[in-house]
Amino acid sequence: MSTTVVQPVPRSFGRMMGRGARDWAPAIAIFVVGIALWEGLVRGLDVQRFLLPAPSEILRTFWDERDTLVSAGLFTFKEAVGGFLIGSAFAVLVALVLARWRPLGNALMPYAIAANAVPIIAFAPITNNWFGILSPASKMAIAAVIVFFPVMVNTLRGLTSVRPESVELMRSYAARERDIFRRVRIPTSLPYLFTGLKVATVLAMIGAIVGDYFGGSQEALGIQIRRSAGIFAFDEAWAAIFVASVLGIAFYGAVALAERVVLSWHPSVRGGRE
Amino acid sequence: MLRRGLVFVAVLAGLWALWEAYRAFGVAVSLTWPFEVNGRTMPHIHDMIGQLFEPSRRNGPLLIEVLGKAALFTAKEAAVGFALGAGVGFLIAVALVHSTLLQRGFLPYIVASQTIPILAIAPMVVVWLGGRGLPGWFSVSVIAAYLTFFPVAINALRGLQSADPRAHELMNSYAASRWTVLWKLRVPASLPYLFAAFKIAATACVVGAIIGELPASIQDGLGGAILNFNQYYASSPESLWATNIIAALLGIAFFLVIVLAEKLVVRRAPEHFV
Amino acid sequence: MNEQAAVVSLKSVTKDFARGGVRALEEIDLDVRPREFISLIGPSGCGKSTLLRIIGDLVQPTAGEVVVNGKQAHQARLDRDYGIVFQDAVLYDWRTVAKNIALPLEMLGWDRERRSERVGEMVKLVELAGFEDHYPWQLSGGMQQRVSIARALAFDPPLLLMDEPFGALDEMTRERMNMELLRIWQESGSTIVFVTHSIAEAVFLSTRVVVLSPRPARITGVVDNDLPQPRNTDTREQERFFELVTEVRELLRTGDRSGEELRA
Repeated sequence: MSTTVVQPVPRSFGRMMGRGARDWAPAIAIFVVGIALWEGLVRGLDVQRFLLPAPSEILRTFWDERDTLVSAGLFTFKEAVGGFLIGSAFAVLVALVLARWRPLGNALMPYAIAANAVPIIAFAPITNNWFGILSPASKMAIAAVIVFFPVMVNTLRGLTSVRPESVELMRSYAARERDIFRRVRIPTSLPYLFTGLKVATVLAMIGAIVGDYFGGSQEALGIQIRRSAGIFAFDEAWAAIFVASVLGIAFYGAVALAERVVLSWHPSVRGGRE
Repeated sequence: MLRRGLVFVAVLAGLWALWEAYRAFGVAVSLTWPFEVNGRTMPHIHDMIGQLFEPSRRNGPLLIEVLGKAALFTAKEAAVGFALGAGVGFLIAVALVHSTLLQRGFLPYIVASQTIPILAIAPMVVVWLGGRGLPGWFSVSVIAAYLTFFPVAINALRGLQSADPRAHELMNSYAASRWTVLWKLRVPASLPYLFAAFKIAATACVVGAIIGELPASIQDGLGGAILNFNQYYASSPESLWATNIIAALLGIAFFLVIVLAEKLVVRRAPEHFV
Repeated sequence: MNEQAAVVSLKSVTKDFARGGVRALEEIDLDVRPREFISLIGPSGCGKSTLLRIIGDLVQPTAGEVVVNGKQAHQARLDRDYGIVFQDAVLYDWRTVAKNIALPLEMLGWDRERRSERVGEMVKLVELAGFEDHYPWQLSGGMQQRVSIARALAFDPPLLLMDEPFGALDEMTRERMNMELLRIWQESGSTIVFVTHSIAEAVFLSTRVVVLSPRPARITGVVDNDLPQPRNTDTREQERFFELVTEVRELLRTGDRSGEELRA
């Protein structure tokens, strides 16, 4: 699980990834070559196919099982999205409170960072006991807690990273604290918030799926994967992983899209000169 | 220094109080939403801690002894995973920093690799490595390494690229070789970024180790302990909570080791800057 | 309006920074008359920016009286009697040029039509017509500063405080911006207090140059600037210009030397 806790929008990241077709060409080339190699090696060398099936087989299995897989995927996806929304909402609220009352924020920040170091997923059995092992609420709860800390820390950093001159400018307009919040701190924090939210989508998906490893409903994707792997039906397991990956990428993409809309003014979105 | 200690005590006391207050309130009004509050779902914190000093089973060693051994076992898996993942991540970053083409080609996959729920592949990793005669715990380390390599690779890449262009020009004026530039300029410049990644990775590899133990059916670590005490939750909820507390402390301990290392290393680093 | 009443009146203003027991400003007495252009000049770190902020009630003096526009500095700030321009343009990235200029007007509760009209006027004043919908990062440093000036003047304050606004620009742009500023000053009729550490800039722009000593800053001297208005590029080549520059430089040196004597 990767939690990018303290990084503002990496403008150079866009440049690293490249914009435009020509920039994406190497990546696409590698994708095509990679898939072809995978297929070729598995067929040609008859590599332990039960462990790592060829892409074509995975796709075929996916197609055959698509009904179960898609419904399991959506079930888990709902858990992930639910946890994401709850966790992020709380995180933003807490960040706003801590930014408004700085002494409290400064005192608690190191603890929030330490709390982020706790393997929260290990608490999945507890939420199973609280909400019932079959209930989606138990996985939503874990996902929410996992999402909370990175989003909170990132948002808080954003709210407090305003330059002193900006605040002085506002004071020269005799602005009240809540004006400063509304007009300066909140807009400044948006890039940081979205960085946190993008990370949170990945965390929420993983939280929901892995939460199932401690027990969950038959309808969930994680249980499907565990079951398939348990009976050595690895092509089914890979097909389920394929579904999980697609959903994960879609989730991330949705938030990234929202970011482009909300941050339409940001240089990294407009491709400004840097 | 004293103030920091007082804040620490105050925060812990505050959390303790919140727990007990919610519990008392929930029991008094028979709260059932969001979850039912009773002695089983919310044991007293002092009971959880007290349980550590009870025998883990009849005539057996104290729980804290059992958990301590389990924690050390998991810690070993996590540490090996960290070293592997950090090493590989760093090497990948070094390779990528010297070629924009490689960057453009591979970066999207490095990013996408994080959306694959590694823990889903865990069973296959275990079978594959087991087939090669490697011990079960090593598979767990491999899983932990997978979770570590991404933040390290991404941050190391940014860090290696972060040196001032003028510092590079200075190096060129000395006709320095790429190797020299790497070790005398890029690496020292990347240290802050590396440590940011290490902090994330420290948590990730502990999580990876605990979760990885599940499909590997390893009894000796914390993952196994959690599953074990989960089965006895009805009779002894405090044991599971105590296990979770130990797991949380392990995560925090790993994190603190990195923080300490950073204080030591980065203090010396300025001497090494060109 | 009483033409002779000072826009800014400082009496025995002193500033200590409690944290270091450091005295930044000592017994500053200064009156600024309407429509004057005052430069505050002194070595780096001597406290001129602090003095500017004291006038703006952004920093509290340890002792002394600060009267702005006939009121206590605090009230003047609440009444929005001044506009401020920093060395860094401090524009908001998420607002266009037009919206940045409109910021104080929004805070003053002006309605959309009135705001739009005034923004149009200001854009014309600073000669940025056509750039209203650009974002700050799309503009050069000089242009950003012009937006900052437009914003500061948007609500027509009687006083303008400027803290080394052109310090980050190159010499050529700087000289051009100096010309612009003089034109804007004449057209708007405001009073300006301008902090700089360029002697040439101070002499070119102001009607009076106030020279401050190194910390603890006292007023070493005040130079009345009789160069004729309107000033232009030729002004910089006149003999009187060099005489005034030399006078200011001598005062700066005196301040330095007397500081050395005190410390000896």
